[in-house]
Amino acid sequence: MIAERMLDMHSWSKPSNAIMSAGTQAEISRMYLTRRTFLGTCAALAMTPPRPAFAAKALRVGMTPAFLHTQYGLLANWREYMATKLERPVEIVQRDSYRETMDLLRLEQLDFAWICSYPYVYLRKLLRLVAVPLYLSQPFYRAYLIVSLKNRHIKNLSQLRGKVFAYADPYSLTGHLVPRYQLRKMGEDPEKFFSKTFFTYSHNKLIEAVAAGLAQGASVDGYVWDSLNALKPDITRHTFPVSQSREFGFPPFVARLGVAEGDFAAVQNMLIAMRQNQQGNSLLQHLNLNGFIHGVPSLYDEVAEMMRAFGEG
Amino acid sequence: MRFLLNLSFRYKVPLWGSLLIVATATIISSTLLLRSYGELKSDLLRDATTQGRTMATTLFPAMLQDQVWRAYEIIKAPFGREPGDSPGQAESFVVLDQRGQVYVSTSPESLPMLADFRQLSPEYAVLAGTIAQPGRESSVLEPDGSDHLFVATPIREEQAHLGTLVQIYSKKVLQSRFQKSARQAALIALLVIVLLLPLGWYWGQRTAVPLVRLTERMEELGRRLPDDLAPELYDYQDELGRLYRAYNRTLQDLREKAQIEGQMIHSERLAAIGRLTAGIAHEVNNPLVGMLTALNTLRHHDALSPRTLKTLTLLERGLMQIKDTVGALLVEAKVKSRDLSPQDLDDVRTLIEPQAREQGVHLRWNSQLTAPLSLPSSSVRQVLINLLLNAVHASRPGGEISVAITIADATLSMVVVNGGQILTERQTAHLFEPFANADERGHGLGLWVCYQIARQLGGDIAVESEIHDGLGRTSFKVTLPVEAPQ
Repeated sequence: MIAERMLDMHSWSKPSNAIMSAGTQAEISRMYLTRRTFLGTCAALAMTPPRPAFAAKALRVGMTPAFLHTQYGLLANWREYMATKLERPVEIVQRDSYRETMDLLRLEQLDFAWICSYPYVYLRKLLRLVAVPLYLSQPFYRAYLIVSLKNRHIKNLSQLRGKVFAYADPYSLTGHLVPRYQLRKMGEDPEKFFSKTFFTYSHNKLIEAVAAGLAQGASVDGYVWDSLNALKPDITRHTFPVSQSREFGFPPFVARLGVAEGDFAAVQNMLIAMRQNQQGNSLLQHLNLNGFIHGVPSLYDEVAEMMRAFGEG
Repeated sequence: MRFLLNLSFRYKVPLWGSLLIVATATIISSTLLLRSYGELKSDLLRDATTQGRTMATTLFPAMLQDQVWRAYEIIKAPFGREPGDSPGQAESFVVLDQRGQVYVSTSPESLPMLADFRQLSPEYAVLAGTIAQPGRESSVLEPDGSDHLFVATPIREEQAHLGTLVQIYSKKVLQSRFQKSARQAALIALLVIVLLLPLGWYWGQRTAVPLVRLTERMEELGRRLPDDLAPELYDYQDELGRLYRAYNRTLQDLREKAQIEGQMIHSERLAAIGRLTAGIAHEVNNPLVGMLTALNTLRHHDALSPRTLKTLTLLERGLMQIKDTVGALLVEAKVKSRDLSPQDLDDVRTLIEPQAREQGVHLRWNSQLTAPLSLPSSSVRQVLINLLLNAVHASRPGGEISVAITIADATLSMVVVNGGQILTERQTAHLFEPFANADERGHGLGLWVCYQIARQLGGDIAVESEIHDGLGRTSFKVTLPVEAPQ
């Protein structure tokens, strides 16, 4: 299975109907109640001040995936859930760039983190895999190559030569490493292929940048695009996914090596048990996920492969 | 134009007033509007400049670190999510780098990244030339004939100049907002005009109508004496009010003058008639006396046939009638006569009373005369008898004649009043002329005689005849100056 995926990596496959079937969309719509109610809840919970950290006991959890970044209400609910289940305070730590979260992990300022696959592989020696989310019942996700509606005639990356291209984060897999690797495979120099590139430091903003026409193209986290498309289509409808990458291991939940075994196990069990719990299930639905599984580091071998192409990892 | 100036004040004053109101409303509205347009623009530009400086400060680090997205978020922040929801009608904001290329803009469709700003439109080319001058501060640029206003703010700190922020504003939005307030102002001005016009029209009429009336009266003045102007038509102390009063005064003077003139003409005519009559009477009287004497002589000296005698008698009767008439015309008031005594007046009363009774008229007598007066008694008696006889004739049965004889200020005054029909205007005009009022009862010399006597005695005779409380009342008043009794 891994070998198959390795083969696929060299080319963007056409987005199939599998991006999101009509049935799935309807399901998601039901899951998310109404958009208005949801945003209202977010706003209300965003006001809740973070619980003061109890120096010894509080678990510090870092969050990077862009999809979550702006859903403060959802994060607050999740933090509440975790604190209840773990019977100890949990502190959520958010940073603007992946780099900062990585630094916090390195400096042991965080105990756990939900990070992108690329930073995970990058810091693999310092981290332990806690759990891998299930998206569309699989621990995988894809990168979408999106263009603005005006540029719908563009069918692949090579047609974006000399254009303005937007990246998500320097340490984003789908938003940076994948398109650059793709270009490298095409024999192009990613630094010269586009006339201009810039980082938006979040997938939401990446979609916004393409929607506004600021960038002619971008490579975006397919999970984020699909979830936003179901939740807030007013932005995604100005973008058009022209192709998608092969599958990669979904951004994992990790722990730094120094975390106590008891804490590690507690967090791991809490995450994996979420799909069995009614409240946990509801949170997962809002996250547009199906649950967490144990996962294995080899899920991310392709990422390491790609990183090696750029002399990293 | 001439037509307008020739219009009556009735229309001209309200018209000019209305014109003035409309002109004032228009001028004030336009002035306020122009001012508000200026303020609208200066407000916009002041806000824009402040906003530009704030953005330029935060854009500096973003550009320094080449954070395009950060820069985009900074310039996009003032714009709302909805289209058209922009700060102060901004069309778009664009950040230019040092080479004049678009670094980032809020409208990537029309101002794409990396595009050469100068190439995008001729207007931008001119603008870029101005912006490129080194050491520029934040400035407002308004190229001639352009639909846009530009606010250019350099993005620099200390010596490092990274680029320029250009805020583009559409004048059309400014103009449409101006038009909106212009429409509102026009509506208010119209409302003011609608409220003021009737007031102006009323005031104009209030001034014009009295003037028009005055003019009409003045134009009549040449033909006849017009009526007075009712003072309540314009009862104020201004020039028009004074003109009114002056006019009424002048009219009053003119009337008095006309009355005096009429009286003078009347008395002159009576005097001329008197002289003429007296002259003719004298001329007739002299041969008459001779003829009568000759007739008398003839009758006594010759034996005349009965036929001749009868003719002579006929001639004599005719001549005697002429003599009587001429004698009546030859009024000689100052003939030597004894002074007037109260007895003389009683005699007149005694003489008239039977006739009055016969007519069924009551005679009320009131005489204050107690001592003789130095007035010829026969003349005064004749005057009084004539007046009383007239009064008896004019009265209706059951009527009353009152006689009041008084003395005051060395003047004897005799007033005879009777009821019945009053005198006509024509009768009054020729009352004291001989034969003027001749009828079956006489030749109408009675009043003429009275008048002649009164004038010859230095006095006067006046008549008043009017309807009083539905009853006719005619009064003759004779005044005679009295010398101290000799």
